[in-house]
Amino acid sequence: MKYEAIVIGVSSGGMITLDKILRHLPSDFALSIIIVQHQHPESDDFLARFLDARCSLTVKQADEKEIIMPGKIYIAPPNYHLLVEEDKTLSLSTNKHVNFARPSIDVLFETAADVFGEKLVGIILTGANEDGSRGLKKIKESGGLTIVQDPDTAEVATMPKAAIASTKVDYILPLENIGPFICSLYALWLKE
Amino acid sequence: MKIENENIEIKLLLEAMYLKYGYDFKNYSKASIKRRILYRLSRSGLKTISEMQHKILYDKQFFEILIQDFSINVTEMFRDPSFYKSIREKVIPVLKKLPFIKIWHAGCATGEEVYSMAILLKEESLYDKTTIYATDFNEGVIKKAKDGIYPAERLKEYTCNYQKAGGKSSFADYYSAKYDYALINKSLEKNIVFAEHNLVTDWVFGEMNMIMCRNVLIYFNRDLQTRVIHLFRNSLCKDGFLCLGSKESIRFSECSDDFVDFVKKEKIYRKK
Repeated sequence: MKYEAIVIGVSSGGMITLDKILRHLPSDFALSIIIVQHQHPESDDFLARFLDARCSLTVKQADEKEIIMPGKIYIAPPNYHLLVEEDKTLSLSTNKHVNFARPSIDVLFETAADVFGEKLVGIILTGANEDGSRGLKKIKESGGLTIVQDPDTAEVATMPKAAIASTKVDYILPLENIGPFICSLYALWLKE
Repeated sequence: MKIENENIEIKLLLEAMYLKYGYDFKNYSKASIKRRILYRLSRSGLKTISEMQHKILYDKQFFEILIQDFSINVTEMFRDPSFYKSIREKVIPVLKKLPFIKIWHAGCATGEEVYSMAILLKEESLYDKTTIYATDFNEGVIKKAKDGIYPAERLKEYTCNYQKAGGKSSFADYYSAKYDYALINKSLEKNIVFAEHNLVTDWVFGEMNMIMCRNVLIYFNRDLQTRVIHLFRNSLCKDGFLCLGSKESIRFSECSDDFVDFVKKEKIYRKK
């Protein structure tokens, strides 16, 4: 399957976890990656800059109406929901919190599933609430691939556990295998 | 297949709302509108968006409910305190030189940010020579804005925002709290004109020294954003200020050259 985009949802413990995954990706990686990391509403774009400096792909905070490009990594701005539009651009919203979160993982995952369908990969990582479970379910129902971090390897297991409980996910992977797994998806993509 | 049909149904629903009631959401960002339609659908007992379209046409009350869903009224007093601090420190000294000041707050929702500006102007001794036009397309929220009654549970947060924004007095001077509510002092409402105005379909109504429109444009597609930025340019006098939300910009539009960055980080522009 030629996957086009990967969406990642992560909460507490996210910075280190994301770093450990994204550093595996080669500079010619051609899928788009869109990330919701729960953050304090007054945070700046530190997370994007931190990851950008440590990873061979460009990592940036998402701008509204930005076109989703292959091989780029987008991070939701603090205090805004991040949505995927029909024409594969990103949009923002300051609508109410969803699952006590803004940005909410469900909002990103559900809108991404509508647009990318079976060409989408959804990944739930460490976190202390249940955001993302509904969204991951929708990705599965739309024919996409679903991956959850093995709760035993997560800094906080609540979020991966909730995702596993609500969806029959395709893969439950320990943290150290997630980066290489994404790379293998890309290797398949290149072969096809 | 389901998604394809849903998208067609949404287009038809928006067209029906426009033809029947004159509210035009066709150029709103689709993903957000779709979420709000599906939210209402799941609570309505209706099976499909097509059924909802039928109900909209024949049941005005249901239309009113959907309009409330479509209008994002998430706001707070002194939202983004650093923005208000910049207004106080950078914009106010310029406004002080004017004989009178006209401010347009477009998309004012329930009014919290309008009163924030009124407080700021009062503390800078500019309130008496200012008129604030506070507009929204949603009649219901305009009424709430006018009432100026807010849940007391949020006062702590607002007080904190007020202080971070450089407030010069005590925030408690500006409201009276009773039971679970806080009533904004009526003296702050004196120079505010609340009115209905729809950025999608209405046009210029005056020449302004400052326009505030924060976190409204993010809900519009590029075509509609372009229209609204034109509207703002035409509504501002020379050297007037345009204030957008922190993630919004005018730099994609052909009006871009008509503005200079005044406080770049806070998205405060100044018309040339």
